[in-house]
Amino acid sequence: MRGKAKLLAPAVLVSVLVVLWWAAVAVSETIIVPTPWRVVLGIVDLARQGTLLDHIAASLFRVGSGYLLAAALAIPLGIFMGWFPGLFAALNPLTQILRPISPIAWIPLAIIWFGVGNMAPIFLIFLSSFFPIVLETTAGVHTIERQYIRAAQNFGVGGAALFRQVVVPAALPHIIVGMRISLGVAWLVVVAAEMIALKSGLGYLIIDSRNAGNRYDLVVAGMVIIGVIGLLLDNAMRRLERLKEVRWKYGR
Amino acid sequence: MAAKIAVRDLWKSYSTPDGSLSVLEGIDFTVAEGEFVAVVGPSGCGKTTLLNIVAGFEPGDRGDVAVDAVPVTGPSRKGIVISQQGSVFPWLTVRRNLMFGLDGLPRQEKRRLADHYAELVGLKGFEEAFPYQTSGGMLKRVEVARALVVKPEILYMDEPFAALDALTRVRMRVELLRILTQEKHTVLLVTHDVEEAIHLADRILILSSRPASIRSILKVSFAQPRKLTSREFIELKEQILRELGM
Repeated sequence: MRGKAKLLAPAVLVSVLVVLWWAAVAVSETIIVPTPWRVVLGIVDLARQGTLLDHIAASLFRVGSGYLLAAALAIPLGIFMGWFPGLFAALNPLTQILRPISPIAWIPLAIIWFGVGNMAPIFLIFLSSFFPIVLETTAGVHTIERQYIRAAQNFGVGGAALFRQVVVPAALPHIIVGMRISLGVAWLVVVAAEMIALKSGLGYLIIDSRNAGNRYDLVVAGMVIIGVIGLLLDNAMRRLERLKEVRWKYGR
Repeated sequence: MAAKIAVRDLWKSYSTPDGSLSVLEGIDFTVAEGEFVAVVGPSGCGKTTLLNIVAGFEPGDRGDVAVDAVPVTGPSRKGIVISQQGSVFPWLTVRRNLMFGLDGLPRQEKRRLADHYAELVGLKGFEEAFPYQTSGGMLKRVEVARALVVKPEILYMDEPFAALDALTRVRMRVELLRILTQEKHTVLLVTHDVEEAIHLADRILILSSRPASIRSILKVSFAQPRKLTSREFIELKEQILRELGM
């Protein structure tokens, strides 16, 4: 399947779900859950007020900062952990202890340490992105086939050049997978983090819409926008996986 | 004549959970400058270990290995290994693979050399392709060209064509012989393929099964191009197979 045919099935599925949603609201005569149309009007409303872009920008800024900071530290750390067994032995247990703790659990500490400004959510994003990237990068280095390292040594390539020319490009497919996974988690976490006492962001929008007069149309509008942006971010990362320099590892 | 490669009384064993496993026992041979020597022996007899030690990737336990009368202490550009699994970097194009070993040269010169050797091995037109876009036979050509481009004095070949289909394998042997008439190299080939050894080599070392020692050394005296179906070819093949116990 290619092009339009590939989009057809998901489009039909989404349409069917929207129709079911609409029917369910109509049949149950609920006044709390909005119809899809009211959600659309809600989005238009937000866009007209000019606050929608501000919320999106605030959330993207927090994700961008925390995520890039995490990648900048996690990729080198993962490469060294993968390459030096001693470092791996020292750091892996700690990584495995910290990794399963949901970033949400850090919220109370984050508020104590960083207050309620931008730093707390950026810290939470950082935590959530850091471990998947470290893990995948380390796995990427561990699975480098030995003959590539030997060939490099045969040609007299060692030291920093070995990392630059062989270790990093060989691990890159794994690194990209780690970055894609962690971007998804980061987006998940920013919304949760923003539900706590901030004045902007999509998470704030949802909580504020409920608190300020039960605007469930805006609550659902916020959810839809979060979902769509999540899809766009994932698509952007998948583009990286199609680069010719990494495609060899993913199969054709 | 001074030997290009000299192996003297080489021993090697590995420690395993079940005790020490002896792999090589007193291997002794020399390879002359420009000579093509094949080492044949049963699977798992220690041929690859022998090649790895001579190429500098593993130390021997006892004995001497020297290239140009200098003891081997590690891998070097003087001798490039071409192995069965292949080690063409999948993240680089064919051209960038060929340029990999050419550090220190100006970019234009690297490119010129890479393209020259790509043409020599029949890869013209595929310089921009990535390895996953090519076939097994072409990948082997890339590996041979990448070795040749650094002008090594020795080629170490470890079952180089074993992963290829029978037809491609024979074609690659013919190509290798053609390239070696243009660029003279000393070659040490390790193979379990007796036909390949007779087709390519000036001399053949026959190893016993593990722990390996040299059973005999045969000279392949008839000239290239060798016909796989000629009488002397078949007789020699039968003799070697007999030595291998088949």
